[in-house]
Amino acid sequence: MRKIFSAPSGILLLTMVLGALLAPVLPLQDPLAMDMSGRFAGPSANHWLGQDDYGRDLLSRLVYALRGAILISGSSAVLAAVIGISIGVIAGYVRGFSEMLSLRIMDVILCFPPLLLAMLAATLYGAGPQTLVPVLALVFVPSFTRVAHASVMTVRAMDYVDAVKLMGAPSRRIIFRTILPNVSGPLFVQFSFVVAMSVVLESGLSYLGLGVLPPEPSLGMMIGAARATFLTEPWLLLAPCILLSVLILVLNAFCDHLRHLLDPRRSAGS
Amino acid sequence: MGWFLRRIAQSIVMLWVVISLVFLSIHFVPGDPVELLLAQDGATPDPAMVEVVRGQLGLDRPLHEQYVKKLGDLLRFDLGKSIVDESSVGKEVARRLPRTLELIAAAGLLSLLIGLPAGVLAALRPASLFSRMANLASGTAQSIPVFVIGTLFVITFAQLLGWLPAGGFVAFERDPAKHLLLLIMPATTIAVGLSAIVFRITRASMLDVLPLDFIRTARAKGVPRRRVILQHALRNALMPVITVFALQLGGLLAGTVLVETVFNWPGLSGMLVSGVNARDYPVVTGVIVVVAAFYIGLNLLVDILYGLTDPRVRK
Repeated sequence: MRKIFSAPSGILLLTMVLGALLAPVLPLQDPLAMDMSGRFAGPSANHWLGQDDYGRDLLSRLVYALRGAILISGSSAVLAAVIGISIGVIAGYVRGFSEMLSLRIMDVILCFPPLLLAMLAATLYGAGPQTLVPVLALVFVPSFTRVAHASVMTVRAMDYVDAVKLMGAPSRRIIFRTILPNVSGPLFVQFSFVVAMSVVLESGLSYLGLGVLPPEPSLGMMIGAARATFLTEPWLLLAPCILLSVLILVLNAFCDHLRHLLDPRRSAGS
Repeated sequence: MGWFLRRIAQSIVMLWVVISLVFLSIHFVPGDPVELLLAQDGATPDPAMVEVVRGQLGLDRPLHEQYVKKLGDLLRFDLGKSIVDESSVGKEVARRLPRTLELIAAAGLLSLLIGLPAGVLAALRPASLFSRMANLASGTAQSIPVFVIGTLFVITFAQLLGWLPAGGFVAFERDPAKHLLLLIMPATTIAVGLSAIVFRITRASMLDVLPLDFIRTARAKGVPRRRVILQHALRNALMPVITVFALQLGGLLAGTVLVETVFNWPGLSGMLVSGVNARDYPVVTGVIVVVAAFYIGLNLLVDILYGLTDPRVRK
C-alpha cells in the first residue's frame, strides 16, 4: 500500500481526491453564491483566485468542479467495475453459452463510440449526472469484462485452482478466494485507466453542455464559458484547463505506476 | 475464403444488432417517449402535437411493423426526417459527412507525418535526449483533452498572435486557400493526440523488431543502414501501427464532435449537438447509425487487411 501511494503521482492523486472529498468541510466560499458587484474581481483576501463572470469564487468553483469530476468518474468506474468484473469472471469460469453471449454483448457495446452513446442517452433521458453516471458505467463495462475474462482464463488453468477444486471447495469460494485475488492486478490498472477516461468523457460532455448542468461547477463547462472573456480574463480559462489536464495527467501517471508495480516480470527480478 | 466470408457476415450481424438497439432505445425509456421528447423544461406538451409527432415517427403502429419499416428504410439509405423542421436526415448527413471525413483525413495524414519518423528515431536511439523528450511530450499530449488543446490553439494562434482565423468553414470550391487555412487548426488539434499514439506504437513496435536476427543478417550482408531501417525493420513494424491507427480513425468519427464544436466546423457534430439539445430523436439516431456503420466497416477492413498479410490470423 505504501509503495502504491509513495510515487509522486500517488501523492498528487491522493491530495486531489482528499481535497475534493473534503471540499464541504474546507473553509471555502459557496461555489454557487453570486456577487454581481464582484464580477471579474481579481484575487483578494476573501477570494484567493478572484471571481468569475457572475462574481462567484473561482477557487471554490475549481475545487467543487474537481469534486464533481472525481465523484462522477469514480462512481461510474466503480459501477462499471462491479458489473464488468462479475460478468467477466463468471464468463471465464463457467464458459459455454453464457461466455459466448456475454462477450458478444460487450462487442456490441464497443461498437458505439462512447461519446455518441452518451449523447443518445442525453437525448432520451435528458442531460445531467443521473444520466451521466449510468452511461459512463455502461461504456466502460466491456473493458472490465474483457480484462477479467482474459485473466480468469489464464488463472483457471493453474494447478492451484485444480487443487482447491479437488479439495471440494464450492465454486463461490474458488471464485472469491482463489481466482479473484490472483487476477486483481490487471483489474486495478484497468480501474485507474477507466477513471481517467471517464474524466475526459465527462469534461467533454460538460463542455458541450450535455453533462453536468449549470449552475453546478464542472471543469468542462467552465472552460466553455470562459472562452468568450479570454482576452480580458485569461485566468478564468487557463485555471480550469490546467486543473483538468493535471488531473488526467496524474491519473495516467498513476496508472502507469500501478502497471509497473504489478508487472510480475519486474517484481520477480527485484 | 471461408474466414473472410465469416468475418463479413459477423460485421453485418453486428451492424444489424446496433441498428436494432438504436431503434429500440426509444422504447426503453419509461413513460411515453414522444411526450418525453417534446417536454421542454418540464412543461406538458400539447396533446395534438404529441399525436402529430407520434405519427411522424411511426410510433402509432405496432412495434414489429415499425421495426420492419425502419430496416427497409435504412436499406434504401432513408434515415428519416427531423422532428424539428422535417428536413431529411439522410440529405443532411450526406452534406456534412464529407467535411468530417476531410478533417479526419487531414488529421490522420498529419499525425502519420509526425508520429512515424519520431517513433523510428526514438526507437533507434532509445536512451537519447530526443527519445526521452518525445516520450514525455507524447504522454502529455495524450493527457490533455482535445477541446482544451483546441481552445488553447484558438486563444494562442487566433486571438493573441492573429495568424489564423479562430474557426469557421468556407467551401473548397468557393475559396480553396481560405478553406485550407480554416482546416489547419482543427486538423492540428486532432493530430496532437493522434500523433502521440502513432509515435508510441511505432516506437514500441520498432523496438520489438530491431533486435531480431533478420535485421542483423541484413546488416551483415552489407545492406546500407538506411535501407535496413526503412525497408526491413519499418515494414515489419508497421502492422501494429496500421491496426491501432485505423481503429483510432474510426473512433475519431465521434471524437471530432468536440473539435468541430470548438472551431465551428460544420461536420456531423453540429447536427448531432443541436439534435441532442432539441431532443430531435431521428437526427441523433441517424447520425449514430451512420457513424457505427463506418466504425464497423473500418474494423472489418483492418481485419481483412490483417488476414491478407498474415495467414495466421485466418484461423
